Amino acid sequence: MSNAIADAPSSGGAAKVTKINEAIIRIAGNSQDGIQAIGGFLARLAGRSEQEVMTFMTIPSTISGGPSIFQVRIGSGEVLSAGDEADMLLCFYQHSYEDHIKSLKLGGIVLYDADHVTPKPEWQEMYRHVGVNISSLTVEAIGGTGRDKGKNIYAMGLLAKIFDLNIPKLTKLIEERFGGKDLSIVTNALNCFNAGYSHSLENLLKTYQFFDSEKKDRHQVVMNGNEALAFGLIAAGVRFGAGYPITPWSDIMELLRRELPKYGGSFIQTEDEIAAVSMAIGASYGGRVAVTGSSGPGISLKTEAIGWAVMAEMPLVIVDVQRGGPSTGMPTNVEQSDLNICCFGGHGDSPRVVIAPTSVEDCFYTAIEAVNIARKYSTPVFILTDQGIATRIEAFTEPNLEKICQDISPDFSDRADHKPYDLTANKGITQHVAPGTKILSGKYPIATGLEHDELGHPTGSPKLHQLMTDKRRNKLRMLATEFPKLKTYGPNEGQILLVGWGSSEGAIHEAVDRARSVGEAISCLSVRHINPLPNGLEDIFRGFHHIFVVELNDEGVYGYGQFASLLRTRYCDPRIRSITKSDGLPWKVKEILDRARTLASKKD
Amino acid sequence: MSETLIVQPAISTTTPPVGERKGLTKKEVAADHPTWCPGCGDFSVLALYFKLIEKRKIWHEKITTIAGIGCSSRFPYFVQAHGAHFIHGRALPFASGVSLSRPDLHVFVFGGDGDAFSIGGNHFNHTARKNVKLTYCVMDNWVYGLTKKQTSPTSPLGFKSKTDQWGAVDYPINPMKQAISAGATFVARTTHTNPNHVLQMMEAAMDHDGFSFIECLSECVEFYEGAFDASNPRKGGAFNEVPKDHDVTDELAAYKMAGEDFPGKFGIFYKVNKPTKNAKEAEINKSFQAKTVGLKDWQILQKNFDKMK
Repeated sequence: MSNAIADAPSSGGAAKVTKINEAIIRIAGNSQDGIQAIGGFLARLAGRSEQEVMTFMTIPSTISGGPSIFQVRIGSGEVLSAGDEADMLLCFYQHSYEDHIKSLKLGGIVLYDADHVTPKPEWQEMYRHVGVNISSLTVEAIGGTGRDKGKNIYAMGLLAKIFDLNIPKLTKLIEERFGGKDLSIVTNALNCFNAGYSHSLENLLKTYQFFDSEKKDRHQVVMNGNEALAFGLIAAGVRFGAGYPITPWSDIMELLRRELPKYGGSFIQTEDEIAAVSMAIGASYGGRVAVTGSSGPGISLKTEAIGWAVMAEMPLVIVDVQRGGPSTGMPTNVEQSDLNICCFGGHGDSPRVVIAPTSVEDCFYTAIEAVNIARKYSTPVFILTDQGIATRIEAFTEPNLEKICQDISPDFSDRADHKPYDLTANKGITQHVAPGTKILSGKYPIATGLEHDELGHPTGSPKLHQLMTDKRRNKLRMLATEFPKLKTYGPNEGQILLVGWGSSEGAIHEAVDRARSVGEAISCLSVRHINPLPNGLEDIFRGFHHIFVVELNDEGVYGYGQFASLLRTRYCDPRIRSITKSDGLPWKVKEILDRARTLASKKD
Repeated sequence: MSETLIVQPAISTTTPPVGERKGLTKKEVAADHPTWCPGCGDFSVLALYFKLIEKRKIWHEKITTIAGIGCSSRFPYFVQAHGAHFIHGRALPFASGVSLSRPDLHVFVFGGDGDAFSIGGNHFNHTARKNVKLTYCVMDNWVYGLTKKQTSPTSPLGFKSKTDQWGAVDYPINPMKQAISAGATFVARTTHTNPNHVLQMMEAAMDHDGFSFIECLSECVEFYEGAFDASNPRKGGAFNEVPKDHDVTDELAAYKMAGEDFPGKFGIFYKVNKPTKNAKEAEINKSFQAKTVGLKDWQILQKNFDKMK
């Protein structure tokens, strides 16, 4: 895709400008070097330039320090994933250089800090090396304080030169970011940036310029998945939440804690995960759908209370930002291994709704959808995202907030009568009526975790337990009929159908593009509604010889990943097989294709 | 105008102004017949809760009765008003969610010693320290009754139960000390055998602006008969009220009184006024909303989005 940059090193010739479609830049350093900041600037610049962008980062789960990378892929066309191989590696240390050179495509550019990195002769033939004394030149640029804080901004200046980035826009971004209390901070940042930009790169033979993007005539916003999700909840009208800090969920609770007071709402930090879910359920019971969330172990702790919300038919939104598990696992790595706990975690039969957004933009809209399903069906709804989507930055079309923002203030008007678990209700769907509502019949509802009659009073009736179990299950079946029919990406028949969910959508789409460009009959299907599943998947499956479910979890004792197992249970289709991995990293396009081709050549 | 968290229900036109309407009678406020064993102390607490509702003219829709799991936690089913029967030990965080989002409601939580001090022990400490506005009445019977006689966190040493057939070996929790040291702003003790006193404590707790805690001794006639005889004058015991000269704002004095041998004292041990969690959150909101006066919700959100372009 980005082979514009990957031509072999040439010997001699004047520096010239080469037009490119896209670039994948990997920045490697330590976690306190501010490399996320460079990535963030580049992503935001891309957003303002109507370009597409996607980022990928790894951060160590140590308290301070440790190797860290940030990869940013910017393109004039569609950008679907963070990219398999980088066009450029910017490395600050010897370890960054040695650990990440393999992520660079042959002939790619290594831009290294010559103060810390000694290039290896054998690699100098494979990659174009450009050394700059980034650390010492930064110290020089900001007046010789002896500290190299700011070298990230200096390096960004170098990148701006190499990729002919829009300087006024970048300068404005720097001013916005560092402008504030202390004028010297923004001055220093601009000095670093300008010094980097004006540094002579005599041994770089070319600079690169992005093709102009197709004019989309739209405004883009740039944010990560956690931000999009949190803002989506606000747009949906959520005004109360409770949580306990855990990576990578914490960003969402920090944002809501900071923002909700502006709307008269609150986000409460509780003593533990169980208190968080209980408090959110209490607030939902108070009349307005509330949110809680967590990652990894925190979700395990919440399961009992979520079972109560199923039983009591209480609306609730639970965010699960998945990370590597089990137990404390890999707190800062991506994994999709919580599908089972979200769909089935908990004792007893407790059907609940699970929706997995597929992109940063989708996080925003999924939050709204989840709130509305929770209200309409009076049930807990999981939003199942993961570390990958939570931390990656994407640009997307700015939503029309005036139209989208909704008011979900509770209705406390008098009711003649109210049965919270009315078995004769239309389609068995009842809605929660909050305290504060006068019930003129004088019979008040009790929300309960005990099996109950229609008013919420305990019952041991075998018949009622069956009827109430039916009610809780059937409303999810009703919901499934509301989901739009899914369509394949690529033709609706062929050899292989790749089925994915959540954050892998982009990489899978790109795999399909790549395979089809060489004539392979591969299509894919992205499923957002994990539970209940949308109807009609069997019709889609019928069009393909192989159905491979691509997911970031383990194949388990029986050989199938979590979503594959669910689909096999649902459709009893032996053609459904698994492509899984558990290395804590997002899918590479090549990995997906290699695995799919190998699996297709094996017998079912 | 941006909406506020403080959702005031529209005043029903069918409700005559307070004063013209009589308080709800027991008949209007009683729901299911309690499932407790005959002679259970909890009957008395329930009867006095009805009395409180009647005397203080609390209307059905203005009250929420919340409980966890245990014999006493069946409470909400017996009250004809909005209520919730939540999971074991978590009634307090649930009730905090109601209280913090619905300041217009009286939130009452009822539960037992297992709910409060064992499985829900941590929530007790944190709800107390945060001073969430609600009333928590723990019916302490020193035994697990619903599961039929196991040791409870308040069972005294030597109490023979099914899980300690030779007698309890773990030092019991002192609920009053626990409440005071956790930062509860209203701490009172009463017993089911003195109905007037129970009502008095409930009223004072309800009027307290903050986390109000009542330990109400409530005998389990089935599994711990006679546990509280020493506090019942009719059984030859002594019901000693907190002395008139006790300073309820003196934390050390309250703590010392909490350490007296059984039957100890009854009444309000500790009561101070501190800003509630509810008030503090409202204060934060006020300061933020001052900056967004006149903006609709979508316009406030738009400001964030404008920064992300």
